[in-house]
Amino acid sequence: MGSNRRYIFLGLWLVFLMLPIYWLIMMSLKTNQEILSTFSLWPQNLTVDNYIKIFTDPTWYPGYINSTLYVLMNVVISLTVALPAAYAFSRYNFLGDKHLFFWLLTNIMAPPAVFLLPFFELYQSVGIYDTHIAVALAHTLFTVPLAVWILEGFMSGVPKEIDETAYLDGYSWPRFFITIFLPLIRSGVGVTAFFCFMFSWVELLLARTLTSVEAKPIAVTMTRTVGASGLDWGLLATAGVLTLVPGTLVIWFVRKHIARGFALGRV
Amino acid sequence: MARIELNNLAHQYAPGGEYALQPMQHVWEDGGAYALLGPSGCGKTTLLNIISGLLTPSQGQVLFGDQDVTRLPPEQRNIGQVFQFPVIYDTMSVFDNLAFPLRNRRLSEDYVSRRVTQIAGMLGLDEVLKRRAKNLTADAKQKISLGRGLVREDVAAVLFDEPLTVIDPHLKWQLRRKLREVHEQLNLTLVYVTHDQTEALTFADKVVVMLAGQVLQVGTPQALFERPEHTFVGYFIGSPGMNFMDCQVEGSEAIVAGERIAVDPAMAAAASESGGQLQLGIRPGLIRPAAADEAGLTIQVDQVEDLGDYELITGHLGEHKIHVRLEESEKIGSDGLKVVFPTEHSLLYADDRLVGGGA
Amino acid sequence: MDKREYQWAWLMVLPVVLIVAFSAIMPLMTVVNYSVQDIFGPGSRFFVGTEWFKEVLRDPALHGALIRQIIFSAAVLVIQIPLGIALALCMPKKGPWVSVALVLLALPLLVPWNVVGTIWQVFARPDVGLAGVAINSLGFDYNYTGDPIDAWFTVLVMDVWHWTSLVILLCYAGLQAIPDAFYQAARIDGASRWAVFRYIELPKLKGVLLIAILLRFIFSFRIYAEPFVLTGGGPGNSTTFLSQSLTTMAVGQFDLGPAAAFSLIYFLIILLFSYVFYLTILNMDREG
Repeated sequence: MGSNRRYIFLGLWLVFLMLPIYWLIMMSLKTNQEILSTFSLWPQNLTVDNYIKIFTDPTWYPGYINSTLYVLMNVVISLTVALPAAYAFSRYNFLGDKHLFFWLLTNIMAPPAVFLLPFFELYQSVGIYDTHIAVALAHTLFTVPLAVWILEGFMSGVPKEIDETAYLDGYSWPRFFITIFLPLIRSGVGVTAFFCFMFSWVELLLARTLTSVEAKPIAVTMTRTVGASGLDWGLLATAGVLTLVPGTLVIWFVRKHIARGFALGRV
Repeated sequence: MARIELNNLAHQYAPGGEYALQPMQHVWEDGGAYALLGPSGCGKTTLLNIISGLLTPSQGQVLFGDQDVTRLPPEQRNIGQVFQFPVIYDTMSVFDNLAFPLRNRRLSEDYVSRRVTQIAGMLGLDEVLKRRAKNLTADAKQKISLGRGLVREDVAAVLFDEPLTVIDPHLKWQLRRKLREVHEQLNLTLVYVTHDQTEALTFADKVVVMLAGQVLQVGTPQALFERPEHTFVGYFIGSPGMNFMDCQVEGSEAIVAGERIAVDPAMAAAASESGGQLQLGIRPGLIRPAAADEAGLTIQVDQVEDLGDYELITGHLGEHKIHVRLEESEKIGSDGLKVVFPTEHSLLYADDRLVGGGA
Repeated sequence: MDKREYQWAWLMVLPVVLIVAFSAIMPLMTVVNYSVQDIFGPGSRFFVGTEWFKEVLRDPALHGALIRQIIFSAAVLVIQIPLGIALALCMPKKGPWVSVALVLLALPLLVPWNVVGTIWQVFARPDVGLAGVAINSLGFDYNYTGDPIDAWFTVLVMDVWHWTSLVILLCYAGLQAIPDAFYQAARIDGASRWAVFRYIELPKLKGVLLIAILLRFIFSFRIYAEPFVLTGGGPGNSTTFLSQSLTTMAVGQFDLGPAAAFSLIYFLIILLFSYVFYLTILNMDREG
């Protein structure tokens, strides 16, 4: 593909992605009446009332903080346990390894509706209901298998000879892992971190089931936008726009890792 | 095969910045095997990339035969390259891997088949031709990498970037020997980058020793061993490296720690004139024990290691640490070891450069 | 790659097993429990064995939902995987635009799923939505609330908008992980761009593609909020997929027994398909 054609194709796609987002932002700046009755590319009566409401209303902004907290917890936990496990799956044969690997993935497959009640009972009985760690832990059910699978894929792309050469050169395993191995799978770690963040951030059902007040996530608060006069579109749109911010920061933060290639340095 | 000429070649990664490669002028003969030897960061990989075309030098020219290839990309230079880790096409068999460069040129299947079989035979890959390349050992894969360079009959040169890095230590010598065989059979120009002196010395006809972007010496392994033109060359080559001791020169003698050592008079004269920091260099293996009737000089012995067919003695002469390699076990008296520094092997260095020896 | 035999590797895997099992085993057992009982109320349960399973498997409404679901997931895979690969290949490898592109790609993924439905609900409206107005002004008679085909089209486009970025990001990371040396060797060997894709990029993307395919399959098969908000399952039941049927059963009718049985069947279907994908791609790797 010629270079120009490539970028035009990509450009068109990005425009396609941005149009609904643009629409969302526009909705957040319009009144509900305008949203539902007129077709306008730009708000006729621009209003920032919705933004003001969210930033000042104490029932709204804690939702963002709560969500951010448990999601970050989840990312840290997921990466920490997944990295050694992925390494083990990639490099070693052990009893039941293939079955275990597939079993991990099966945990993403269960349809939530009926499973919510048992989850609620389990977490309540352990005494962590309505805490950030509860949601972070519950989400590990799918973020950890995801992390292990993605990381294993990237790790398997690194030739085993590199491990062996490092041992011969006298590296201890932790030093090898941190200074040699991890940089080689940077793009994998970056994309894993982002996906763990993303899936945990948008997950609504479990987060709602396991929290009530203390750790209520933003996604739940947003369901409150149905009022007496129907759905408060503008407010919902505003909440939606603000939801994009933390995730954008995360991808900005890991962008260098995702884009960094496999730089085989001095081994 | 080609004669490689480096014309006033130098490279700065950023204009006005540090020279990754100092200006150099070299001609490498057609069909020679050259090793670029030096520690990490000395510029050998930069030089290799300039020769292969992956990097365009900021000044100077690269010539293959009569052709100026300085600005040509790798695919137009007719080279082969073997990388630090095996680079093969996973989905293809060994045969298809080797055939790939030829098929891309749309040569007849007949020719391809003949050529691949021939090269595979030469490299010892004939048994595995039908197998998936992915499943072979690292050294077999490196042979495939090499093979892809060799299948093209008009290949100008084959370049190696530390190819033995991920090979099992006990297989390294096999692969080195194979490279040597290939070289003798095909008489190709080969350029081999390494930081391992054993690899360089066993592989190459001529070794190019580099340090900090500069070529210190180009010579046969023998020349590098017997007449290193720079103290770094003396130190880097040989195990252990050359001994160096600060000295002064009087007449045709060097004075080290009060002891007088005879050196070549022309060398002594040049050293006196040069006015630089003077050092005496001598290889541990070229120091010989003094015969009963010789005066010699006495080295205080600190340690003796018996390494099988030779002994390595670590000691000091005055304040200078010194190593000596001896063939037989010598009786070492309580007052030290008496040795003689043969004149022909006692070399003088001024500011790290060999004096009167054509630096 | 040859793997070493090393039973102590279990220690490295143990934290993962514990964490996942904690949240997986108990709820699963509970659901299995429910699925074989008739629950009239707390304290009033009867063991009914496989009764619910049979009932669920016979329900024609569920058959319809299943077929629609399979078509949907198949369409999703057929569209999003090749499109994702193609777009990943179009991405710049370095430079300032990489960051911009990555952020823009990430945005659709970060929108909460119910908000995705909401956006498209307005966006595709023929009267006030940009897409709706645009399509109708091109001469098409487009109305996703009235016409089942338009509804399907809209749901698919919405899903492509929402999720293709996942495939793109995975493939892009995978491409970036390919060492330069392979491209250099291919140049030296005189390979065409297509050959580079076929013999270097595609094989090296296998691992990443497996994850992308499995993730897209699993999540598309479980899809609930987005189509529900957009079309409510309509018009009629033309866009009612399995999750919606299940939720109606579990929440609306509050029939825990059959709902639990349905959940398990639902889970097993996903499991089965996933296992097939998994084995297929794994075996493609092992040939020769």
